[in-house]
Amino acid sequence: MHALLAQTTGFTAPPIDWHAIAPELVLLVTFVVVLVVDAFTDEHDKWLTSSLTGLGFLGSAIPLLTLALDDGPARELFGGAYVVDDFALVLKAVFIVSGYLTVLLSTNYIAEGDYWQGEYYNLLLASVLGMTFMASSRDLISIFIALETLSMPAYLLAGWRKRTLTGNEAGLKYFLMGTFASAVMLYGMSLVYGITGTTSLAGIGAQIGGAWGETPIAAVGIVFILVGFGFKVSAVPFHNWAPDTYEGAPTPITAYLSVASKAAGFVALMTLIFVAFMPRDDIYGPLMFVLATATMFIGNLIALRQTNIVRLFAYSSIAQAGFMLAPLATGGESAQVAADSIRAIVIYIVIYTAMNFGAFAVIIAVARKTRSGEISSWGGLYQYAPGLTVAMTMFLFALAGIPPLGGWFAKFQVWRAVVAAETPAGYVMGVIIAVNSVIALYYYANIAREMWFQPVPDGDETPIRVPSALTIAIGVTVVATLVFGFLPGTAGHFGDVAADLIALG
Amino acid sequence: MEDLLDGWGLTAAVFVPLVGAAVVMAIPRAQENLHKVVALVTSLITLAVAVALAFQFDLDRTDQLQFVVDKTWIEVINSRYIVGIDGMSLPLLMLTAFIVPLVIIYSWNHFPEPHNPKAFLALTLILETGMVGTFVAQDLILFFVFFEVVLLPMYFMIGVWGGEQRQYAAIKFFLYTVFGSALMMVSFLAVYFLAEGPGGESLHTFDMRLLSEWAGANLAPVTGAVIFGGMFMAFGIKVPIFPFHTWLPDAHTQAPTQGSVILAAVLLKLGTYGFIRIAIPILPEAAEAWAPWIGGLACIGIIYGALGCLAQTDMKRLIAFSSVAHMGYVMLGIATLTPIGLNAAVFGMVAHGLITGMLFFIAGSVKERYHTLEIKRLGGLLIQAPHLGWLLGFSTMASLGLPGLAGFWGEFPALLGAYEPGGTASDALFRTYMVIGAIGTIFAAGYLLWLLQRVAFGTPKEEFADEHIHDMHLTDYLSWSPMVVLIVVLGVYPHLINRVTDGAVIQALSAITP
Repeated sequence: MHALLAQTTGFTAPPIDWHAIAPELVLLVTFVVVLVVDAFTDEHDKWLTSSLTGLGFLGSAIPLLTLALDDGPARELFGGAYVVDDFALVLKAVFIVSGYLTVLLSTNYIAEGDYWQGEYYNLLLASVLGMTFMASSRDLISIFIALETLSMPAYLLAGWRKRTLTGNEAGLKYFLMGTFASAVMLYGMSLVYGITGTTSLAGIGAQIGGAWGETPIAAVGIVFILVGFGFKVSAVPFHNWAPDTYEGAPTPITAYLSVASKAAGFVALMTLIFVAFMPRDDIYGPLMFVLATATMFIGNLIALRQTNIVRLFAYSSIAQAGFMLAPLATGGESAQVAADSIRAIVIYIVIYTAMNFGAFAVIIAVARKTRSGEISSWGGLYQYAPGLTVAMTMFLFALAGIPPLGGWFAKFQVWRAVVAAETPAGYVMGVIIAVNSVIALYYYANIAREMWFQPVPDGDETPIRVPSALTIAIGVTVVATLVFGFLPGTAGHFGDVAADLIALG
Repeated sequence: MEDLLDGWGLTAAVFVPLVGAAVVMAIPRAQENLHKVVALVTSLITLAVAVALAFQFDLDRTDQLQFVVDKTWIEVINSRYIVGIDGMSLPLLMLTAFIVPLVIIYSWNHFPEPHNPKAFLALTLILETGMVGTFVAQDLILFFVFFEVVLLPMYFMIGVWGGEQRQYAAIKFFLYTVFGSALMMVSFLAVYFLAEGPGGESLHTFDMRLLSEWAGANLAPVTGAVIFGGMFMAFGIKVPIFPFHTWLPDAHTQAPTQGSVILAAVLLKLGTYGFIRIAIPILPEAAEAWAPWIGGLACIGIIYGALGCLAQTDMKRLIAFSSVAHMGYVMLGIATLTPIGLNAAVFGMVAHGLITGMLFFIAGSVKERYHTLEIKRLGGLLIQAPHLGWLLGFSTMASLGLPGLAGFWGEFPALLGAYEPGGTASDALFRTYMVIGAIGTIFAAGYLLWLLQRVAFGTPKEEFADEHIHDMHLTDYLSWSPMVVLIVVLGVYPHLINRVTDGAVIQALSAITP
């Protein structure tokens, strides 16, 4: 103990760029405020927590904007472990918008469902906070801390419907699988650290070409770390938690997990692969090729058989993750291809956020009337909820990648990235993506078919009353889906941040 | 006026229908007549723009793109908003702009169940945007987007207003086409990355003009053939070429009359147009390698389609199969890679669009009057509805390629072109194709005359004998007579189209060894 203290006397606090971490600070302050407000309000005033959380997310977007408008060089904190560059800012924006959309989706769901409100929003804030960390992390330790910060609250949120069996299953399964994945990943990190002697991604990247890169231990370390995140993005064969968790969790949390949590996993994969492991594409290339192919095929084929809409979206989001994994398989070809791959994944995440949140918003709105998750209960939706039907149709065909709706550009960018590699593996991947787009179209069109072509199953045609929070969420996502489709340049600019991770020669 | 057309003509032709669709959607559902008027006016404005463009079109420069607009669109991927038309696009643009108003007039009092003119007309107009856009786009990504825009409206048109098997037919149509276009996208991207300028530098462009100049230079033959294969899948499914034709009879049979007409008249042409606009000019060497196979499949299509026709018991399905056979002639014309063959192909596209569109109109009217299309239950149409009967006779004559009507000029020169194919293809092989194609015309006469005989001749069957069958309505006269006139005019004076297409066709084949 004495020795430890003696060492710390030489400790000087690192300089902190407060502007750079302002978005996180706003979230942190909101967290505290919501906690206090929740403790001192009566039951009928609990709606405050929801509103405050929403305001907190919007508030944290302000420093994000000022940071984005600042043209200075990237801000590095804590010896390069925490970097605020444009790449980080775009993804932080995705996470914060996701958080806000989740609040919009949750407001009525949680308030009317007799769930604990204050704690719910607190955990949501904490989880989003972890994601904003993740976007900036460039060090094994900060990545791990970010991952745990975003995952722990998510485990609890997944099991929020604690009075139902499926709710318990959701939380427990997610927790067990998640911690297992963390353990595997930590082991991998310890191996990499043991050999390189550094936890900084840039430091690892500098040594990767050296002697240690040739040892088998290096391969084990890299694979274990990537597999750990394979769980997070629900890549096949590490996906089996996803359908049960998605079905059992509260639907807004399902939306949140399938978009934001998955995006966080991809952020980590991108930084790890393209900053730390870039030249070792002999290891991660084949691994990602297999993962992407299996994820697309298994996700899509099993989705064909689903009768429950949330489960269908669980498998669809697995398949979508496969599309996002595809560029990682070929991204190591050259710096240019790597930049294309990052661009593709970032654009995919941005567009996917709009499409998938929109679809879940409609699912929640419809479930308010039908009280059922069965796809057959969607029959004839057009006759009593035309607005919701049109919106849902747009989201479905956007997810399927049909122009001129947003999704086509996301898929196009992925195609572009894999073909840009100009390798046989890249072309094969292009064809695999093509085949899978068709399979996916079938089940998306199937929902559209139910809504448009089928009669109302119980003849009950009372219109659906959509709460204003959901209306806003649907409106925002519809506009985004259309704008990204007609003017893809708007989303395309987000991809320019690729240059922050890859130095193009 | 001239400047306005030059800058905005094509853009207007593409987007006026979309604006019309938005207006239709904004009008409350109860005001049905207003919907119809707005839709008709919109489509007529589009037609007027197209006609104005045709008059301004410089016939001495048909090989060059005219009315070109080149503007930034998606900067990040270097895809631009480029539109323009040359002699190959103009006839098809005209065909589209011509057919849509006729379809809307026909619909006036004939909206299929479940009615809802608002949605139906909005979808029709969105379709028109997609179709016109495909014919004028000169950038691969822009082309792709318009090519796909067509799918959703057609999917809903079949799925909502179609026959009993409509849901199956709609999704089958959708899945087939999307599969093809997904592969097409991969091919487009491969072209994007592999294309090189004259100095060996990477072009990285989707501009069809630059890519046609590159024309696959320095590309390994295998690579070229594989890339062509991706395009072949997309365009071949759309045409459809045997063995990808199975979506067509289902889609045609189940679609409402209007949907069938648009499908036959324009949608199938998107595929053949893709071949002559994109696949052949950009990858001429690969096209030469593929030509014998395409010609072979086209011949199989001709014979198979004809035999399929002979086996049908449903009038609409028979016409659908005849489409497979007729598109076989168009593909054979394209596969010859000769100017005469390609001219025939463009002519065949227009002629098939008019004639088969006409046949589907008549089939729809028969269905409306008799509530069945089963051939063995029909008969004596000439007695009960003489005008309709005569028109059926006229259309079948045109369809079987009677000289003097439009159908002839699509088939005969295609066969003529096959006598001496361009490129590296073997003469003997294509002469065999020519003979097979000629035999196909005999089959065509067989099944069409047999259809006419069973439906129009004789006396009405007992179940319909006492029923009053209404002959043609006013809307029928209005919407059909322009088509009939055009079929005759083009049949008598084919130069009208050939003069326009010839220069462009030679330009498209400039990289093919004669």
